[in-house]
Amino acid sequence: MTATKAPTEPPSQQRVVRRPGDRVFAGAARGSGIFILLVLAGVAAFLISEALPALTASSEEIPGGEGLGSYVWPLIVGTLLGAVIALVVATPLAVGIALYITYYAPRRIAAAMGYVIDLLAAIPSVVYGFWGLAVLAPKLVPFHQWTADNLSWIPLFAGPASASGRTMLTVGLVLAVMILPIISAIAREVFSQAPALHREAALALGATRWEMIKMAVLPYGKSGVIAGAMLGLGRALGETMAVAIILSGGGAATINLITSSNPSTIASNIALRFPEATGLGVNTLIASGLVLFVITLAVNMLARWVVNRRADFSGAN
Amino acid sequence: MAKRIEVSDLNIYYGNFLAVEGVNVSIEPRSITALIGPSGCGKSTFLRSLNRMHEVLPGARVEGKVVMDGQDLYGSDVDPVDVRRQIGMVFQRPNPFPTMSIYDNVIAGNRLNSKRMKKSETDELVERSLRGANLWNEVKDRLDRPGSGLSGGQQQRLCIARAIAVEPDVLLMDEPCSALDPISTLAIEDLMAELKERFTIVIVTHNMQQAARVSEQTGFFNLNGVGQPGRLIEFNPTEKIFSNPDQKATEDYISGRFG
Ligand SMILES: Nc1ncnc2c1ncn2[C@@H]1O[C@H](COP(=O)(O)OP(=O)(O)OP(=O)(O)O)[C@@H](O)[C@H]1O
Ligand SMILES: [Mg+2]
Repeated sequence: MTATKAPTEPPSQQRVVRRPGDRVFAGAARGSGIFILLVLAGVAAFLISEALPALTASSEEIPGGEGLGSYVWPLIVGTLLGAVIALVVATPLAVGIALYITYYAPRRIAAAMGYVIDLLAAIPSVVYGFWGLAVLAPKLVPFHQWTADNLSWIPLFAGPASASGRTMLTVGLVLAVMILPIISAIAREVFSQAPALHREAALALGATRWEMIKMAVLPYGKSGVIAGAMLGLGRALGETMAVAIILSGGGAATINLITSSNPSTIASNIALRFPEATGLGVNTLIASGLVLFVITLAVNMLARWVVNRRADFSGAN
Repeated sequence: MAKRIEVSDLNIYYGNFLAVEGVNVSIEPRSITALIGPSGCGKSTFLRSLNRMHEVLPGARVEGKVVMDGQDLYGSDVDPVDVRRQIGMVFQRPNPFPTMSIYDNVIAGNRLNSKRMKKSETDELVERSLRGANLWNEVKDRLDRPGSGLSGGQQQRLCIARAIAVEPDVLLMDEPCSALDPISTLAIEDLMAELKERFTIVIVTHNMQQAARVSEQTGFFNLNGVGQPGRLIEFNPTEKIFSNPDQKATEDYISGRFG
């Protein structure tokens, strides 16, 4: 490149020749990057400015009359609880499904299963909500009773068991089904991309199929699975309709999963209360939205950190 | 430990495509057997059929017999996993596990055999295997670093260390030096000369000098045309192949008057 430059040009002004296509693409990429940052900043600014009155108001003015902290706290607990149950149930299941589809199922079954799982993602969340309320909740009542009878020494199952099944546990399971397709789609993608080079290396050492998966597929796909789980967690944290339909809400902060007096989640609380909210009530709801924003951000940063911690061994180099 | 392999009437398919036809050969224990031939004639395919790696590809199958010490490796009661534990393989492209340290790469095969080993035993095994692969001095200070951080030649020797750590009976090598510089190549050739004391080695190579330098026996694969199956045209002591081959095709190929 430098050979084409005029010799009189001083070295400080030497610039790499850039072709128009390159420039257009770089500009478009940079534009998209800046755009998403602007949107994010805009949303954050809106949340903060609208939440500010609630943050500065005296405790009596907040709905409930006991201050913002005690208003939001049960909702935070409810949000995290539902999302964590969903994640704990869905992730191993999704990994299992993804492994089955990529490495065990006959090709035709694998393709069919892939479609079915993707279909789960296309069902609107209202439908999930009604399914949870009308089908899953009644079916889970005996299970609630059983856990209350046998596992009540675990605080999560302290009871008394709900007679309707409209509990945090049911919500968590419905959320698990909802995030299953997200996690399994991403897991499937990364598992199928595990390099043949390393899979064959494992097989040639005398690995069984499961050992091959442990040596060459799971380590390779780990960061992808974590990323998928975080996307799923994001959806579970923000899910509104399904939760609003199933949970009665309004309860105090508790980790007891099987009672009918349970806290709601931030997102579903906003959806339920926003239409009637006025004045400071609106600001309070938006403040709770800000909390959700911060939680989601923190979860994503944590996930990044987990993924990057062993970047040396990721296989990306 | 080294074992003889007798191959009879071996046909190797990819789906309906017959890639290699009618191979009959006897591979001597404690020696190096080289396989040469033009690209696409089925050398890799044949090599991979010896430790049942061929069948991991969808639709790939084999007809005929591969007998090692009286046992047919394709017998209905034989588990391919056991075959691969006895017959190790080094690939053309170095493939250490990127998610494992150098140390863990070396003992990856031993971990599979799920024998519980004491730390002192594995330490000793790692050192012995890495010394065996001529790599110990270069990596002894960074055994906990990822194997993918090594140079190509070092990675290939790491793969050899990994293959010999499980003490296989036979070692198959598919163009192990094709991505390496002359010095690493010589190091690996020296290594093969040492390893043949203990293992039966089969190596595929495009490098005639290499075949002539390291092997006792040489097999020449050829194919008549595109879409035709590859065949083992000639199998003879290396000296004879390179001085006075039986077949005209072999002589043409070796002297570069090919095609
Ligand atoms: N995965 C595959 N599916 C279908 N056909 C294949 C596959 N791998 C190889 N073949 C075909 O089998 C024949 C033999 O291939 P093989 O890789 O064994 O050749 P080779 O002698 O090792 O060549 P090279 O010297 O280039 O490595 C070729 O015609 C090739 O196209
Ligand atoms: Mg080949």
